[in-house]
Amino acid sequence: MQKKRIVLNYPQHLVDQPVLSKLVKDYDLVVNIMRARITPKEEGRLVLELTGKRAGMEAGLKYLSEIGVQTQSLAQDVKWHEDRCTHCTACISVCPMKALDVQRTNMEVSFKRDKCIACELCIPVCPYQAMEILF
Amino acid sequence: MAKTIEEINDKIKKGKAVVLTAEEIIGYAAEKGAKKAAQEVDVVTTGTFGPMCSSGAYFNVGHTKPRIKLGGGKTYLNDVPVYTGLAAVDFFLGATAMPDDDPRNRIYPGKFAYGGAYVIEELVAGKDVRLTATAYGTDCYPRKTLETYISLKDMNEAVLFNIRNAYQNYNVAVNLSDRMIYTYMGVLQPKMGNANYCNAGQLSPLMNDPFYKTIGIGTRIFLGGGIGYVVGNGTQHNPDVKRTEGGIPKVTAGTLAVKGDLKMMSPKWLRGTSFTGYGVTLTVGIGVPIPVLNEEILRYTTVRDEEILAQVVDYSDSYPQCNPGSLGEANYRQLKSGRITVQGKEIPTAGLSSYLKAREVAQTLKEWIEAGKFFLTRPVELLPSVDSGVVLKTLKERPIKKI
Repeated sequence: MQKKRIVLNYPQHLVDQPVLSKLVKDYDLVVNIMRARITPKEEGRLVLELTGKRAGMEAGLKYLSEIGVQTQSLAQDVKWHEDRCTHCTACISVCPMKALDVQRTNMEVSFKRDKCIACELCIPVCPYQAMEILF
Repeated sequence: MAKTIEEINDKIKKGKAVVLTAEEIIGYAAEKGAKKAAQEVDVVTTGTFGPMCSSGAYFNVGHTKPRIKLGGGKTYLNDVPVYTGLAAVDFFLGATAMPDDDPRNRIYPGKFAYGGAYVIEELVAGKDVRLTATAYGTDCYPRKTLETYISLKDMNEAVLFNIRNAYQNYNVAVNLSDRMIYTYMGVLQPKMGNANYCNAGQLSPLMNDPFYKTIGIGTRIFLGGGIGYVVGNGTQHNPDVKRTEGGIPKVTAGTLAVKGDLKMMSPKWLRGTSFTGYGVTLTVGIGVPIPVLNEEILRYTTVRDEEILAQVVDYSDSYPQCNPGSLGEANYRQLKSGRITVQGKEIPTAGLSSYLKAREVAQTLKEWIEAGKFFLTRPVELLPSVDSGVVLKTLKERPIKKI
């Protein structure tokens, strides 16, 4: 079994198509929608966690690409600017996934990209603009 | 045996001074005993790195040709207004100042992405900023407009001058209301969803000299990565408050006013800071060296996080309405653990003052002293202490008679 967090970019003409149900039915993938929005240009942006067998995952991603849905890994959209982080810990209590966490022994903050679901709760909370999410 | 500042400086000069940070002294004194530690240790270094709104800087930018009198006109650095009620080419930039066209909280909560503190950070980083001004023109200062790039090295003087920094203790902020609130203590979740604190605890300068027995006017300090001086007590300095047996204030108490040459400072230790829905502020790194003159002073420097209590205050009603009242107390060990219990409810905590960076300030100051680059000063006058009669007043409004 594989697990992947990806960002899907739907072109306008696909917004009303049942794409995700195909991923579930035809490729046997478990789909967890973490975020979804329609951009002002009526394109769709989805953050998904996909779980499934390697073959299904590869075929599913190929299907998405063939119908014109662009995919990229979530990691590319989330940036922790370490140079701007002062390790104040203001973000720690709001991060639901503990992607932003603090080592209590020395009070050093770290960001674990693979845990981040791009919920953006840290954005208004960080006084130093250390978090950037291009979603 | 008691030591003097002069004896300690002599040891620093010879490279023989024993310097420990306010964290290191705790274990050292516990092992050796206070008496022996007081004999062996010469200086304890402290540190803090947190948002401090009452900060700013004054500048002299040099005379233009022909001359302009900025005083009485309008002057901006990167569109941030500065205070010009001074002579021709002097002005003061406040950390919380923001561009005239910033929407503030008209679109709530405002982002406050830029302001005086960011201008200070950029200047200290060596960057050019835009100096623009309009003036009314006089016979001796005929010019009426000015637009130029300027950097710190172009200026005659650039001085960080903060009228209230390094608060001795601070509130722990919570929100009892049922909506999210945006404060200078950060974003507070409804119904006590989180608690934010803002103090370096056992590393904090005034926690290590709670009665101001060594700190006063002229104390040389680490300020913004350079060297600065305490110029007196900060505004709202309020020494006569409830204290623990060890003398640590249980509420906000002492403050410092500080100054230093901005040209010697670093953007690492002066950071523009934005609190959503509240405004812009400057995060300042400050470290004060405590000379271990005797055993009593040594004992003060061994203060530990668990011995420092802070009050939990509701920022949805009690604080804005200026009503006294604490929901409970928490010590800094609990606050740093990530959870406190207030009125039976367990709440996640988060800091606004960086303990990691506070430690780095104390360590840097220690290294400066060990390297013989930083000497201690004897204050001209100590800060007002508990017996000074200082009382913190709220404003008693008196209606102005309408004719």
